[in-house]
Amino acid sequence: MKVTFEINGTAKSVDVEPRTLVVDLIRTKLGMTGTHIGCDTSNCGACTVLLDGRPVKSCTLLAPMLEGKKVTTVEGLAKGGKLDSIQVGFHEEHGLQCGFCTPGMMLVGKALIEANPHPTEDEIRWGISGNICRCTGYMNIVKAIQHAAAANATENTAGVA
Amino acid sequence: MFPAAFDYIAPGALDEVLSLLGQHGDDAKVLAGGQSLIPLLKLRFAAPVIVIDIGRVDGLEGISRENGHVRIGARTRHRDVESATDLRGTLDVLLDAAPLISDPLIRNMGTVGGSICHADPAGDWGAVMLAVGAEFVVKSAGEERVLPAAGFFQGPFTTGLQSNEVMTEIRIPVGSGKSGGTYLKLERKVGDFASVAAAVHIVLGGDGRVASAGIGLCAVGAHSIKATAAEAALVGQEPTDDVIAAAARLAGDAAEPKADIRGSAEYKRDVARVFVQRGLHTAIDRAQGAAA
Amino acid sequence: MAVETAEATEAARQAMGGIGVSLARKEDARFIHGQGHYVDDVVLPGMLHMVIVRSPHAHARIKGIDSTAAMAIPGVVAVVTGELLAQHKLAWMPTLSGDTQAVLATDKVRFQGQEVACVIAETKYIAEDAAALVSVDYEPLQAITSPQQAIAPGAIVIRDEKEGQTDNKIYHWEAGDKDATDAAFARAAKVVSLETFYPRCHPAPLETCGCVADLDPVTGNATIYMTSQAPHAHRTLFAIVAGLPEEKIRIISPDLGGGFGNKVPIYPGYVVATAASLLIGRPVKWIEDRTDNLISTGFARDYYMDGSVAIDENGKFIGLRVNLLSDNGAFFADAQPSKFKAGLFHIVTGSYDIPAAHIVANGAYTNKAPGGVAYRCSFRVTEASYFIERLVESAAVELGQDPVTIRLNNFIQPEAFPYQSASGFEYDSGDYPRAMQVALDMLGYDELRKEQAEKRAKGELMGIGVASFTEVVGAGKGKDYDIAGLRMFDSAELRVHPTGKAILKLGVKSQGQGHETTFAQIVAEELGIPASDVEVREGDTDNTPFGLGTYASRSTPVGGAATAMVSRKLRDKGKLIAAHLFEADVADIEFARGKYNVKGSPDNVKTIQDIAFAAYTNLPDGLEAGLEGVTYYDPPNMTYPFGTYLVVVDIDKGTGQVKVRRVVAVDDCGVRINPMIVEGQIHGGLTEGFAIAFMELITFDDEGNCIGSNFMDYLIPTAWETPRFELGQTVTPSPHHPIGAKGIGESATVGSPAAFVNAVIDALSHLGITNIDMPLTSDKVWAALRSKGVTE
Ligand SMILES: Cc1cc2nc3c(=O)[nH]c(=O)nc-3n(C[C@H](O)[C@H](O)[C@H](O)COP(=O)(O)OP(=O)(O)OC[C@H]3O[C@@H](n4cnc5c(N)ncnc54)[C@H](O)[C@@H]3O)c2cc1C
Ligand code: FES
Ligand code: FES
Repeated sequence: MKVTFEINGTAKSVDVEPRTLVVDLIRTKLGMTGTHIGCDTSNCGACTVLLDGRPVKSCTLLAPMLEGKKVTTVEGLAKGGKLDSIQVGFHEEHGLQCGFCTPGMMLVGKALIEANPHPTEDEIRWGISGNICRCTGYMNIVKAIQHAAAANATENTAGVA
Repeated sequence: MFPAAFDYIAPGALDEVLSLLGQHGDDAKVLAGGQSLIPLLKLRFAAPVIVIDIGRVDGLEGISRENGHVRIGARTRHRDVESATDLRGTLDVLLDAAPLISDPLIRNMGTVGGSICHADPAGDWGAVMLAVGAEFVVKSAGEERVLPAAGFFQGPFTTGLQSNEVMTEIRIPVGSGKSGGTYLKLERKVGDFASVAAAVHIVLGGDGRVASAGIGLCAVGAHSIKATAAEAALVGQEPTDDVIAAAARLAGDAAEPKADIRGSAEYKRDVARVFVQRGLHTAIDRAQGAAA
Repeated sequence: MAVETAEATEAARQAMGGIGVSLARKEDARFIHGQGHYVDDVVLPGMLHMVIVRSPHAHARIKGIDSTAAMAIPGVVAVVTGELLAQHKLAWMPTLSGDTQAVLATDKVRFQGQEVACVIAETKYIAEDAAALVSVDYEPLQAITSPQQAIAPGAIVIRDEKEGQTDNKIYHWEAGDKDATDAAFARAAKVVSLETFYPRCHPAPLETCGCVADLDPVTGNATIYMTSQAPHAHRTLFAIVAGLPEEKIRIISPDLGGGFGNKVPIYPGYVVATAASLLIGRPVKWIEDRTDNLISTGFARDYYMDGSVAIDENGKFIGLRVNLLSDNGAFFADAQPSKFKAGLFHIVTGSYDIPAAHIVANGAYTNKAPGGVAYRCSFRVTEASYFIERLVESAAVELGQDPVTIRLNNFIQPEAFPYQSASGFEYDSGDYPRAMQVALDMLGYDELRKEQAEKRAKGELMGIGVASFTEVVGAGKGKDYDIAGLRMFDSAELRVHPTGKAILKLGVKSQGQGHETTFAQIVAEELGIPASDVEVREGDTDNTPFGLGTYASRSTPVGGAATAMVSRKLRDKGKLIAAHLFEADVADIEFARGKYNVKGSPDNVKTIQDIAFAAYTNLPDGLEAGLEGVTYYDPPNMTYPFGTYLVVVDIDKGTGQVKVRRVVAVDDCGVRINPMIVEGQIHGGLTEGFAIAFMELITFDDEGNCIGSNFMDYLIPTAWETPRFELGQTVTPSPHHPIGAKGIGESATVGSPAAFVNAVIDALSHLGITNIDMPLTSDKVWAALRSKGVTE
């Protein structure tokens, strides 16, 4: 069947079997491999994408459910060669090691600080609790998200001034 | 892991959903948030011929107050309950339970109605709905029924819903008394189903005695359990420590847990007791602090 | 002026990115863009997909396999069975411990999840559809689910296909000195014993294992992309197992989504995918799903340990006895040096000066998955460290001593290094009391003990856990340590290009540890080429020198040493070139931080970049052109990182839930190359240690059904459960390592479980509770409390 949606700002129309999982559609059909698969039971969040701005697990979505929706993947974070503040935060604070959870973590982090620009450490830990990182122990992921929140805040005040 | 093949349709109108359901019966599966159904499809524990997505039907989402009821559209997402902060004071138990359901990403997709219809004995909404005395509005082609939560949950993944019916709305009566409630959940980590959980909802009368009490238990039986004896032991009483402790013991007795990797039956029963006891204290404190 | 100079020096140091600089990682760019390249991202033209059909039974005879229905599905290309492999002599393969393992079962299945057949199809969806239709006729047999059951007389023999195998015993192995130990126990004033079980867990990296095998039928070239922590060793093993010519095999281990030991062994899936690609003539991709990963690939631990410490009248430990019974699963596929049947478990005397020790280890086959790997651990040192730190806690309780005091009394003293341990290790360096003191100060130990006493008086449960671990990492030396016969040295090849930029190629393989940064920093330090100008390459056997790979925290101790040594080689060659350019005597050339000068004229310098250019343009007569070299480094000894971990917990009496309030971790891993990366490793290791102590468990029911076969049941902590960590350090360099570094990847996983468990026991010991086996789940804690009549 045909499914039409927007991914990282680009309209797409694809022909898929209804049983196709969104993660597989993105990785295989669209060839964007930044979205990963870490489990079979919707527990790990390696497959996280933003659906109309909200983080969801793309392994637990059927391709036809995308009809008319907007999807953002890690490939859509940087704009015009400029890194998103969340990407800068992860780099500066050593928020990644193997990098496998990183796309999902960054997307969750970005959505989190968009909804709550000044999160506490507890709010961050709670907000990223649908995503597993096996390497970092989360300490630096928390810092990375704080880094991005602080950068956004400075940018916003700079914009106002 | 991938699902077996199926047909998919996403009708724009409820009537169409209902007529398709009538037509396909057991071969069809309704898809709401998909956070229970899709995992089952992937494991191939479910293999419907057709999946009917109700995601495009208007009017199934949202929380509103009407005629002494809070109405929750069946397709309302867990996260929308989480952020319905105006329920504080009226239905504390909903607000306390919502953020404890699975994880933030699943809550962005999963729906209240989907969870109730799925009827996982460890699903959180079941116990909550039993505690608040909810009613479920279900529709089939040409018929509408209103089913009370008590009696709806009949066994693991088994409810009073017929295969040609769709749940459209949850109605929760809210009276004028001072109410308070809470939800306590023992989980091994975020995203885990409950090992044991208890939902408590109390209304106090003008005399400070318990006017009504609702206690729902989660994950300690073949389905969500309403601890009726414990509720009865509270109604009409002044909520002293002794009364609460006695009610909590009755709630523990109402649990029918099975031993598994999460612990022995005795353990789960005792945690149910402890949670109900703690929950009642919180609920009563809140009710006493609440404006009528 | 002086201040400015110091600042300038510091700025130069930062810009160079040498040792001690917390340089942001060079490898990050591709990952934060979603451009990491993992095995599942490899797509080749004509690629097929493989799915494995696994046994639902733990022990059963195979009476027949019918794949007709599966083959009938359009898009299915082949169904591979053990019988087909047997025709190519591939039905069995050797393990890393000198045993054999079924690639695809022919006679019996011996664990739930064992590989029985493989379906190869055009898409993974089709392969899964077909796999569900492969019908296998099983005759179930009794399952053996514990090593105690396995070694009991009359137990059904699991490995009945092995010639001469008449029971389920695998090995009996001893270390230390029995007589001296018996004598110590005979004169002991007190003997304290502990029996404990270190349960089965799994490294479960977020990326599962998998491969893409691409065998070119025309050229005979075999390119295998695989999740490998040890690509060179795997190439050699492939050559031996599959009989492929080694020069035609190219293993590419691209970015790895974590490893933690899981990606050390060779799994049946790799072998079948390779065989299938050869037979079909098209590339074959096999990627495990999570259940495949958890039920069939390298588990960890599963050690039953009991032992005693003999204590003299002064409270000194004088002897240690430990018995170990190991559950190895259906095939003895532990990844460890062949000399040591229980890995390095015999370092079990830990941080204590115990003059006599005797260790007895027995291994048994059971109907469980094979492959005892060291999950973030150096060959079973984790189990050893856990045992001794738990036993010392028991001794403290029995002697009525503070757990800190008993440790300080028995530590190997700083002046005793190099220290010869009773079980045969030479500890390179250490200062245990200092690390302990730093940790105590950070925690505010005395205050917390006061708080604990007050809480206890009110009936509240709070505990402080102490563990002072010593690790042993960085294998070899090659003479004593090998993997499947290959000696455990490692290698580095450094090429400096004419413009002074360099490529460093290594035999080790990062799984997220940040090698591309750390190793560039070693070159920066040694050669003065800024780390940003050093490109690090790993994982492609065609383009890197032979090495044994990354596990057992060996990259920095061995690969890092090789990098320092090769840099020094080039530095020395640079001197020859500098002498030529300066028209001076080589003996008069000095080198510091990338600059050469003639003694006495420090201002007239040639930079390493000048020298590199000259190496290709202006050489002295008789000197070989170029500036490159390779070093194979065989370490003279292991390194011995250590530290003290302190944990504070509060326990909910009503539910048995343990809340970890604080974790202080003081690590001494010698010189820290990139402190930021080191701390990241410690955070990760502490988290895995926490998870093992409280959550992670693979267990089996009486029929041998695996519980913990997906992430619903195999519990990996999220940011919410994971405690916050407070890190401290001491620095005691390794005297034999070229830059004094010791390796840090695993210390925290090795050392922390005992600290967590000791904290819980510390909260409960006044009630008479002396042991709870991991994971310390709330129901177990509740049951222990209940047994002592404590309730809410
Ligand atoms: C990792 C993970 C952890 C989870 N943890 C928890 C937890 O802790 N607590 C908890 O309560 N839940 C948990 N869940 C389940 C989650 O809350 C689901 O969202 C919920 O159970 C089902 O809602 P859904 O909208 O996703 O339903 P779907 O998956 O779409 O449907 C579930 C079932 O209900 C039927 N159905 C759905 N909507 C209707 C309707 N309106 N009328 C009739 N039938 C309908 C479907 O046909 C299907 O059989 C978890 C899920 C996952 C994947
Ligand atoms: S892949 Fe694990 S949650 Fe989607
Ligand atoms: S960085 Fe490896 S899983 Fe998060």
